[in-house]
Amino acid sequence: MIGVYSPGTSLVHRAPAIVKLAVLSVLVAAIAVQHSVLVLAGASVVVLALVLVARVPLAAVWRQLVPLAWILVLAVPLQLLLAGWELAVTVGLRLLLAVALAALYSLTTPVSETLDAMQLVLRPFRRWVDPDRVGLVLALTIRCIPLLGEIVAEVLEARRARGGEGSIRAVAVPVIVRALRTADQLGEALMARGVDD
Amino acid sequence: MSEIVFDRVGHAFEGVRVVDDVSLTITERRVGIVGANGSGKSTLARMINGLVEPAEGRVVVDGLDVARHGREVRRRVGFVFTNADTQIVMPTVREDVAFSLRRLKLPKADASARVDSALARFGLTALAERPAHRLSGGQKQLLALAAVLVAEPAVVVADEPTTLLDARNARRVARHFAELDEQLVVVSHQLELLEDFDRVIVMESGRVVCDDVPAVALAQYRALIERDLDEPAQHAGG
Repeated sequence: MIGVYSPGTSLVHRAPAIVKLAVLSVLVAAIAVQHSVLVLAGASVVVLALVLVARVPLAAVWRQLVPLAWILVLAVPLQLLLAGWELAVTVGLRLLLAVALAALYSLTTPVSETLDAMQLVLRPFRRWVDPDRVGLVLALTIRCIPLLGEIVAEVLEARRARGGEGSIRAVAVPVIVRALRTADQLGEALMARGVDD
Repeated sequence: MSEIVFDRVGHAFEGVRVVDDVSLTITERRVGIVGANGSGKSTLARMINGLVEPAEGRVVVDGLDVARHGREVRRRVGFVFTNADTQIVMPTVREDVAFSLRRLKLPKADASARVDSALARFGLTALAERPAHRLSGGQKQLLALAAVLVAEPAVVVADEPTTLLDARNARRVARHFAELDEQLVVVSHQLELLEDFDRVIVMESGRVVCDDVPAVALAQYRALIERDLDEPAQHAGG
């Protein structure tokens, strides 16, 4: 979701985010309870067709699937040893399909549309939950991931520049201090942008 | 032009007085504030839209007391921070500019037109769908400016907007500031940015030590810098 949106005008891009979220939920739930390798193979064809209809770069989908390799490398052989090839293939396909569908959603839906959809979903609960606040928290969570990544990278770089020695505390303390300072600045910027209005 | 009034304003952080009995009325279109680190210039600028509430005195913008009408004032006064990174909230450039309009609840087409116009104004149209956090420092500062101006504030306050930029990007951003039609209050160490402003205020130890046209005020500030070079330890604090 962090900057992976790939602009386009396909049917999948134009579909309302709330519809895509509902379809994503139903499909992932259906895949999670499916035990047949044949049905999952058929679902793979459907997901591939959806990717082609969305006209998103296959390389972008692939990049979203690569981090899953670490889990597959561990989970599939373990299932193969403990439960046989059929369950191993089923587990692998379930994971791949769920992540591919989630990636397709992220690639075809701007975050702002997801926030709007969430606000729509939460509207009936407005009495107990402020949908705008929930949307803002989600947006900030997404924003803070690269921001924290940059802080950690800069602290590690500073550590290397000073000889690369030191305990984990020598990294953790400046990262936490800078993260808190950044949180303060972000709060101030939100206030300046009228978020408390 | 908006009228910004500082009426006997004072403020302290952890027992240190950073603004001391300042009274000013700003009605000019382009006003610069200069001073050493810790002189109180950023605190003074932050008071204009209520990011800092003065411990003493009051700040009034167009007749609205900032302490009591912070929300209304913030709709009139946009703020650009030194570090654009902490001003970016949304993942893409377009979404971040559009984020400033969420509180206005505009029809989608109107909001989209305003975002397009703000992006075009700062040459960001081609970057609209790019992840905001992957822009260069200069592009991020232009995005921060676009995100402020899309809400059409009457006044833009900028706190050292070019400090973190390299010389090329600093000049580029400074040029955009110089071309703004909005009333502008800029805190800056880049003195050439302020040379054709209408008024420059020099701060030292929380007080206004000079308030004049740029030629006079900047000359006085340069003289202060020269004096500080002889006694650096006293003026090196943040």
